[in-house]
Amino acid sequence: MKILVAVKRVIDHAIRIRVKPDGTGVETANLRMSMNPFDRHAVEAAVRLAEAGQADEIVAVSIGPKAATDVLLTALAMGAHRGLLLETDAKLETLAVAKLLRHVADEEKPDLILLGKQAVDDDSNHVGQMLAGLLGWPQATFASAIELADGQATVTREVDFGRQTLRMSLPAIVTADLRLNEPRNVGLPMVMKAKSKPLATRAVAGLGIDITPRLVVETVTPPRERAQGRVVATPAEFAQAIAAEIGKMEPR
Amino acid sequence: MAVLVLADADLGRLTPATARIVAGAAELGPVDLLVDAAAAEEARSLAGVHRVLAAALPATADALAQLLAVLAEPYTHIVAAANASGRDVIPRLAALLDIQPVTDITAILGPTRFERPIYAGNATETVSDGQAKHVLSLRASAFAATVGENSAVVSNISPEVASATEVIAEVRTQSERPELSTAQIVVSGGIPLGDRFALVEDLAGKLGAAVGATRALVDAGHAPNDLQVGQTGKIVAPDLYVGLGISGALQHLAGIQGAKAIFAINTDAEAPLMKIADVALVADLFEAVPAVIAELDRLGIKR
Ligand SMILES: Cc1cc2nc3c(=O)[nH]c(=O)nc-3n(C[C@H](O)[C@H](O)[C@H](O)COP(=O)(O)OP(=O)(O)OC[C@H]3O[C@@H](n4cnc5c(N)ncnc54)[C@H](O)[C@@H]3O)c2cc1C
Repeated sequence: MKILVAVKRVIDHAIRIRVKPDGTGVETANLRMSMNPFDRHAVEAAVRLAEAGQADEIVAVSIGPKAATDVLLTALAMGAHRGLLLETDAKLETLAVAKLLRHVADEEKPDLILLGKQAVDDDSNHVGQMLAGLLGWPQATFASAIELADGQATVTREVDFGRQTLRMSLPAIVTADLRLNEPRNVGLPMVMKAKSKPLATRAVAGLGIDITPRLVVETVTPPRERAQGRVVATPAEFAQAIAAEIGKMEPR
Repeated sequence: MAVLVLADADLGRLTPATARIVAGAAELGPVDLLVDAAAAEEARSLAGVHRVLAAALPATADALAQLLAVLAEPYTHIVAAANASGRDVIPRLAALLDIQPVTDITAILGPTRFERPIYAGNATETVSDGQAKHVLSLRASAFAATVGENSAVVSNISPEVASATEVIAEVRTQSERPELSTAQIVVSGGIPLGDRFALVEDLAGKLGAAVGATRALVDAGHAPNDLQVGQTGKIVAPDLYVGLGISGALQHLAGIQGAKAIFAINTDAEAPLMKIADVALVADLFEAVPAVIAELDRLGIKR
């Protein structure tokens, strides 16, 4: 039983980003970068399955610049066995990422692929579903529980009306939501030690996969500023302000 | 231009999101609405719908994406709601069609130009999509529902698609309250509520409002997951958002940026939600909320 887990390097989730004045993107210089939080839950899930004797090998894969080695080391420190960086400095759309991951899946032949449900930079929430579509595998997105038994995965998902549990045969794709588990923290010493684990790098350019962007980003703009508010002194004034607001509402 | 919209429905009823995404999609061209047969009658009465395609829709994303891919041929745009169901199926469909999707759209600037938020709503991207087909999801909260009467033609179709996935259990949150992502008023509670979430429901009940919660309160097991508002939960855009004991972390604010008015009660005047609130009350919510309800009663407010 082999698990492939995909991890992305993003601007740390605690940082409030700033839009560049020229509207070409967001400022990224000198910001703390880390593993996308959802991917940490995916790695944790993989490691727990291995610890429970349900998986023998966890391969962590990341696609991005050389610096993305960082997040692979974090995954290795958390318990992944081997790392693979598909190196590129190009800005990739999600379809390109899914195609690159399909290439890795074709080579590695995992039984289960785990990913975070979305990345906190572009907030797309695409790649797991796209990869499942490209491979023709079943998918369970937004997972809050995963069980494996008899070549099947039973996954509880967080959905619009509450929770839903799906069963599917392996190989399958599962994307992690935040309540899937509590990811372990790995300190710097563990990350240093993880450097002894195998970590391969391959150039995206040599893989023969078309990663040309399909969309043109015309501009990136900051959200509109909200008007200055006021502080009221008593619950009664607060209630009166609610009443005034309701008075202004149009029926919908 | 021809648009195929996947209706958002649950238990044989359209959700309020459907009329909103139909309104958005109608800006792109005549709308065919794909809907589960059980909701076909309701669907044909929606203004803005050109034709209803009624089918026994598969319950899981793999088969639904396959079905949409089969139907996709004559359409320039394929549209679903940017909620958990739409997010499950749209990217998969896009991959089957070899199309890069554009999702969580908050504004349609033209048939091939869209706005979508990134970085938890701290930036907005304007993208132009020159592909042969456009596979899109719309945030229902960003579009006003269609109004008016209609009796669109219904075409029954019997798709043959297979799923490799079986639904074995569902847990539904039972609530008297309106649907959160399209509600006109939302009252949400943060971690200090603990096991007293009923206080949020009391105020919401008075205002005819939907209830919401922060991730912290959901994680602590005091509110169901489908009430989480934020970057990774539901996106709301009510006329009035009332936050009780909520700090206003950037991931929470991501879910309420479309709110017209934000009101907040917090013991900490410096909490980020208090800083952006239109009306802020520095108080212990356990004392303030019952007093707010009493004053609303005195004013005769009841929705
Ligand atoms: C990847 C990621 C995704 C996330 N997604 C989401 C999301 O979708 N939605 C979301 O909500 N969060 C999300 N979070 C979590 C978010 O960062 C915050 O941790 C969370 O929103 C905080 O919830 P809170 O406001 O209830 O708690 P706190 O931040 O602890 O704030 C509680 C507030 O209550 C006030 N308070 C305390 N007692 C009282 C009282 N008696 N009366 C009045 N006020 C009182 C305090 O002053 C404080 O301001 C996400 C985090 C990450 C890392």
